[in-house]
Amino acid sequence: MTCLALWMPQLDQIFVTASHWLLSYLPAALQPLASAILSVAAIIVAFATLFALTTLLERKGLGRMQNRYGPNRVGPCGLFQPLADGVKSLTKEDIVPIRADRAVHFMAPVLLVAASFMGYAVLPIGRNMIMVDMNAGVLFFFAVGSLMELAVFMAGWSSRSKYSLLGAMRAIAQMISYEVPLVLASIVVLMQAGSLSTVSIVNMQASYSGIWPHWFVFTPWGFAGFVLFMIAATAESNRSPFDLPEGESEIIAGYYTEYSGFKFALFFLGEYIGMFATSGMAITLFLGGWSAPFSFLAWVPSYLWFFAKLLTIIAIFIWVRGTLPRLRMDQLMNLAWQFMLPMTLFNLIIAGVWHFMPGGLLRWLVCSTMVVVPCILFGGGLKRKKKFQIRTYHFSQ
Amino acid sequence: MTASFMILAVLTVAGTVSAMGLRNAVHCVLALALSFAGIAMLYLQLGAQFVGFTQILVYVGAVAILAVFAIMMTHNDKPMALPDSHAAWVAGCVVAVAVFAVLTRAIVSSTTAVQIQTQTVAPQPGVTVQQIGDALLHRFVVPLEIMGVLLTAALIGAVVIAMDRREEMK
Repeated sequence: MTCLALWMPQLDQIFVTASHWLLSYLPAALQPLASAILSVAAIIVAFATLFALTTLLERKGLGRMQNRYGPNRVGPCGLFQPLADGVKSLTKEDIVPIRADRAVHFMAPVLLVAASFMGYAVLPIGRNMIMVDMNAGVLFFFAVGSLMELAVFMAGWSSRSKYSLLGAMRAIAQMISYEVPLVLASIVVLMQAGSLSTVSIVNMQASYSGIWPHWFVFTPWGFAGFVLFMIAATAESNRSPFDLPEGESEIIAGYYTEYSGFKFALFFLGEYIGMFATSGMAITLFLGGWSAPFSFLAWVPSYLWFFAKLLTIIAIFIWVRGTLPRLRMDQLMNLAWQFMLPMTLFNLIIAGVWHFMPGGLLRWLVCSTMVVVPCILFGGGLKRKKKFQIRTYHFSQ
Repeated sequence: MTASFMILAVLTVAGTVSAMGLRNAVHCVLALALSFAGIAMLYLQLGAQFVGFTQILVYVGAVAILAVFAIMMTHNDKPMALPDSHAAWVAGCVVAVAVFAVLTRAIVSSTTAVQIQTQTVAPQPGVTVQQIGDALLHRFVVPLEIMGVLLTAALIGAVVIAMDRREEMK
C-alpha cells in the first residue's frame, strides 16, 4: 500500500516527466520549439485515436438502440473497423466537381481540421498537462471555434452544388445562433472564478468539502449553465437532434456532399474533434477538469479522470443521437432565441445572486427557484399557439 | 524585427493585396479574412491577448461571414469588370496616399515612437484581461453603457426591419 501511495503521484506526472526527460537531451535554444511539437503530436495522436474509437462505439451503440449488431466483421467485436474505414477512405478516388473552385475546395477541409485541433491548446488534460496556459484561454477557445464557420462556408460555396450551399447556409445560421448561448452559458463560470485562464478555473474546482468536490455543476446556476452549454455544444457540432446542416433525407450530406475519399474523412474527423474539444471545455468549466469526483479517489492519475468524463459525455451524445428526432429549421431557431438566450441571460443574474447571498439552505432554495421558474416560463413560451396531440400514422394506404 | 514578425507581416500584406486584386468577390473576402487573422496574430505577438482574440472572434468569425453572405445575396458569380476611366484610378491613389501620410504622421509623432528614437526604454504595458475589465467597468463604464444601449437599439431595429415584410404578407 505504501508502495502504491509512493508511485501514484509519479504515475500522475509520467507524461510531464517523460517530456522533460526527452527535452533535456536537446540544446536550450531548441527546447521551446521541441516542447511545442511534442505537445501537438501527443494531442493529435491521443484525440485522433479517440476519434477512431468513438466512430466504432457510436456505430455499436446506435446499432444496439436500433436492434441490430453494428460492425462485427473486422477483428474481434469489429475492433479493427476504424482501421478498415481509414484504408478505404485513403484508397478511394478523390473526386472534385468540374465546376468547383479548386483552391478553396482543397483548403476548406484543411482549415476545418486545423481550427478544430487548435482549441486543445488551452484544455488542461491533466495536472500540469496543458500546452499553453494563456490568461485569456477561454476567449482563445471560442475565437478559434469561430474559424470553423468560415471553413464550412468555404466547403459549401466552392463545391458549386445546391445541396452544399444549402447545407452551408443552414450550418452557418445554426453555428452563429448557438455560439451566443454557448459563450453566455460559460460566462457564469468566469464570473465565479474571476479568471479567463482554464488552469485557474480547474484549480478552483479541485478542492473538497468532506468527500464532495467543489465542481461548478453542483450549484443551481452551474447545473443550468452546464445543461445549456451542452445543448449549445450539440448544436455547434452539428450533431443530432441538431443535424439539419447534413440532413441526409433533405440535402444529402449538406456542405460536404461534393467531397469524397480522404477529404470526406477529414470533415468527419474535424466534426468529431470539434465535439471532443467543446465537451472538454464543458468538463473544464463545469465538471472540475481533471479533478477526481470524490476526495478518496484523488490518487487515480488526473488524465484518466479527464478521459473518463469525456467518454461519459460521448456516451450521452450517442444516446441522444439514437433517441431524439431531428428538429425543423424554425424549431431550431425558436429554441435558440426564445429559450436558450433568455435562459442564459437569466442565469447570469442567478450567479450574481448566489455570489452575494450568505451560504446556506436559503441560498440554495432561492437560486433553485430562480432556475426552475424561468425554465418553465420560457419553455411555455415555446409551446404557445401550438397544439400537441397524439399523431397516428397510417402506412400503405 | 524577428522571423515570426516577418512571416506575419508578409501574410497580412499578401492577404490585403490579394483582397484588392482578386477578381472573384468571395475570394477577396477570404483573402481579407486571412489579413484579419494576420493582424490578430500581430496583436498576440505584442502581448495583447484580449485584443488579438477579439479580433479573430469579431472580424474572422462574424464580419467575414457577414461580408460573404452579403456578396452571395447580391452578386452574380461573374468576375467584375475593371473600371474604364483613369480618373477613378487617380482618385483612388490620391486617397490611399493621403491615408498613408496621416497614419505615418500619427505613428511617428506618438509617444512610443519618440521613446524608441530617443533610446529610452519603453515601459512594458503587460496588460491582462483583468486590467481591461477593471478599466471598462470603472473608468469607462458610462461609454460602455452607452455603447450597449446603442447596439441594443441597432439590434432591435434590425429585427423590426426583418419582421416588417411578414406583417405585410398577412
